[in-house]
Amino acid sequence: MDQSKIRNFCIVAHIDHGKSTLADRMIEKTGVLTSREMQNQVLDNMDIERERGITIKSQAVRMIYKAKDGEEYTFNMIDTPGHVDFGYEVSRSLAACDGAILVVDATQGVEAQTLANVYMALDHDLDVFPVINKIDLPSAQPQEVKDEIEDVIGIEAQDAPLISAKNGIGIEDVLEAVVHKIPAPAGDSTKPLTALIFDSIYDSYRGVIVFIRVRDGIIKKGMKVKFMATGAEAEVVEVGYFGPGRFIASDELTAGDVGYFTASIKNIQDTRVGDTVTDFAKPCAEALPGYKKVMPMVYCGLYPADSAHYSDLRDALEKLQLNDASLFYEPETSQALGFGFRAGFLGLLHLEVIQERLEREYDLNLVTTAPGVVYKVHKTDGTVFDLTNPTNLPDPSEIEYMEEPIVNGEIMVTTDYVGAIMQLCQERRGKYLSTDYIEQTRAILKYELPLNEIIYDFFDALKSRSRGYASFDYELKGYERSELVKLDILINREEVDALSFIVHKDGAYERGRKMCEKLKEEIPRHLFEIPIQAAVGGKIIARETVKAYRKDVLAKCYGGDITRKKKLLEKQKEGKRKMRQIGNVEVPQAAFLSVLKLDNTD
Amino acid sequence: MKNNLSLYVHIPFCVKKCLYCDFLSFPANDDLIKSYVEALRREIVISSPEFVDNNVRSIFFGGGTPSFVDAKEICDVLHLIKENFNVSADAEISIEANPASAMREKLFSYREAGFNRLSIGAQSLNDEELKKLGRAHDSRMFFETYDNARSVGFDNINIDIMSALPDQSLETYLGTVKKVISLKPEHISAYSLIVEEGTPFYDMELSLPSEELDREMYHETKSLLAERGYHRYEISNYALSAQTECFHNKVYWRRGNYLGLGLGASSMVKNTRWNNVTDMSQYKKAFESDAALEYKENVQTLSKQEQMEEFMFLGLRLVEGVDVDSFKDCFECDIYDVYSETIEKYTGMGLLETYDSLNEDGNMAHKLRLTDRGLDVSNTVMADFLFT
Repeated sequence: MDQSKIRNFCIVAHIDHGKSTLADRMIEKTGVLTSREMQNQVLDNMDIERERGITIKSQAVRMIYKAKDGEEYTFNMIDTPGHVDFGYEVSRSLAACDGAILVVDATQGVEAQTLANVYMALDHDLDVFPVINKIDLPSAQPQEVKDEIEDVIGIEAQDAPLISAKNGIGIEDVLEAVVHKIPAPAGDSTKPLTALIFDSIYDSYRGVIVFIRVRDGIIKKGMKVKFMATGAEAEVVEVGYFGPGRFIASDELTAGDVGYFTASIKNIQDTRVGDTVTDFAKPCAEALPGYKKVMPMVYCGLYPADSAHYSDLRDALEKLQLNDASLFYEPETSQALGFGFRAGFLGLLHLEVIQERLEREYDLNLVTTAPGVVYKVHKTDGTVFDLTNPTNLPDPSEIEYMEEPIVNGEIMVTTDYVGAIMQLCQERRGKYLSTDYIEQTRAILKYELPLNEIIYDFFDALKSRSRGYASFDYELKGYERSELVKLDILINREEVDALSFIVHKDGAYERGRKMCEKLKEEIPRHLFEIPIQAAVGGKIIARETVKAYRKDVLAKCYGGDITRKKKLLEKQKEGKRKMRQIGNVEVPQAAFLSVLKLDNTD
Repeated sequence: MKNNLSLYVHIPFCVKKCLYCDFLSFPANDDLIKSYVEALRREIVISSPEFVDNNVRSIFFGGGTPSFVDAKEICDVLHLIKENFNVSADAEISIEANPASAMREKLFSYREAGFNRLSIGAQSLNDEELKKLGRAHDSRMFFETYDNARSVGFDNINIDIMSALPDQSLETYLGTVKKVISLKPEHISAYSLIVEEGTPFYDMELSLPSEELDREMYHETKSLLAERGYHRYEISNYALSAQTECFHNKVYWRRGNYLGLGLGASSMVKNTRWNNVTDMSQYKKAFESDAALEYKENVQTLSKQEQMEEFMFLGLRLVEGVDVDSFKDCFECDIYDVYSETIEKYTGMGLLETYDSLNEDGNMAHKLRLTDRGLDVSNTVMADFLFT
């Protein structure tokens, strides 16, 4: 394909500024097939695919746009995951593009994520042009926002298209701007194949479908390719483009193209995001830069609510891992929860996504233990190990010292709330770095924060303390030595391993007290009194008591309506069934997660 | 031998709905009452042939407020029942009445027609409390009604009282209990208020007694009544002698056959449960012609497991509990095989106990019952006798 007619780009935006709506509008205004493909009756193939029930939810989509200059352009729009957990994935998606559309909400202006995403795009040498969205809202201030973009980000914004993605205003201007402001790819089809993997999905018919951006060379059916980082080799079965919601097979992909290939690959671990695909027979000299093997940052225990469903959970995790190379899991056993898995995630959002998919798509009822980060434990015998489960913390006498992960955080906030947010960061053991005022009313606070202080309820606390005006972004800085202790929870004098976690020693009392209070709310009253205690190193530091109930009786049972009484008893029993038995105490599953949300200022 | 049967007749009308009332009942005009009784009469005629071999041992007219309807209508219904069913000469025939003025004539008619047990819904004898409940009567009307009932010859009277009412104190509650006892009714039902969803009480900000106070009221009731010769035979029911225990109620707990007549009435016959439709126009329509349209809902034939569950959670409402041998007779398996874990657990916690007693036929019976503490938390224990 003529490279000069290709535009590879992504859309960057702060959450809720209208990224996906704009993408939808652009797809609506453009075509699916080139005029040449239409003559070749590609449609027939697509019908077959539809019959086989294959639909794809792709990270990328190709659009055919007939521009005002009369030429037909091929747009490849690559989606970027929208959360800091997926920072590395975002960077690889950006690396597959040549330019980016920056969407800014005309009523909100530049936000922390806007900045973070733009800087990331600029770091990847992308040409960025802004569009101002939601201009039809009464509170829109397009001129102020344009000025702000120029002041804060330093990119030209006066001729930015003024649009309303929701109401389809100005979409044509955006499409024209893509043609003129985003550069065409500059690859060489005669060089050896060099292609960047920016995503891959698993399909039960075809194996792994690898999403690539071809830098140089050509990839086609029958060719043997090599994955440079993992060393895997495979023979290409099919190549093609991304139509909206479907794959469109083609003969080949050449330099500058964005598309997919399949090669009967069974294991998604072989096709890592960021890896370089090359020709096995004629490999390129060196891999594309930037490949990293991603490591889980947050770990938690996943247990089936009903232990009979252990193997269902295992099967579900196996299937999810087919599509998610960054999901890690291994079996573990908890005294309180029985057989389950310790799972590793890129961040808390990733954890929540997986948890929700397990519950929704696989219909599993889960108990999730408190998420924790990976600590480095330096033992007195000189060895160091990564601690992912608090239960595995050795006796204090065997520990020389411990280290915890620290992040560099940037919080953008209106000046009214700077005080409240600084206080929050201080409570979370943040180390203040600087305050940059971007304009009179807004500032960026820079803090070093321990990761374990932000994985729980930091986002919620940030939102509630700034009335929703603060936005947050972070990246891992490294490990630092810290005074950490293990906090244990005892329910009815029995230690519950699933509720133990690692905490800074100065925060142990406060955290223990709040956990006891929260558990007191969550654990229903029983026929007997239940003490709930928090302990550090065997010493009780906080206690609450769940009083025994003395009455549970249905006095009136009228006119022989037994069915109603039975329903009541069934409901009662069902409620109990959903709880976890710890000793002779029934603990609702919510108790295991609710203790994570302890910030009580809202 | 003929089968035993009990009949429940539902009169779904009242002067006005009380604020806590969760029963199928509403105010009505004469036309509605007339057409309802018409349908009820047809139901009696249409449903009776199936029970030609049955001996009716008890009849219970409940509501709503049966006494709200003209006495003649009620008495005619009872006569019609007697014409169409084999009603035993010694059958217990109860009717519920709410205290109201000028009741003497009504009560007299009931007695004449063959009603031999009267249940009066006093609820409280404190006028403040009655007002808060939204009741249509005061304590003066109650005493008048009670005296009238005695004077027309009712010698088996129940009085309903309620504890744990909004703003009720131990003193006001026990005041009611003492006044009731001094009348020496044959039977007392003492319920604690349950605020049900869908009632006005549910949406009101009420100051309800604490759980501790509620239990204190309950326990005080029991000891006060015991002093005066009343024994508790069911969670909320007390009788002056074994003869005045409510036969009809015990049929429910012992899983006897009963047929419910009228709007929404529940039935259980030969291990099949159902209820009549609860929509008034649907009910009346069903009995417009001689061949009744479908009027039964939620028809459910109980599996053996469901029968066992009921045997337990209904039987345990009775203070005497369940008979271990009759469990075996009914289900051809041992109660300790089926429920070993649950029985062990709650016996261990002191909520269940086994004991031996002489049966009416002079044989020794082995029984399982809730302890006093178990009765307080009976739902917890009963729920564990369900299999699902």
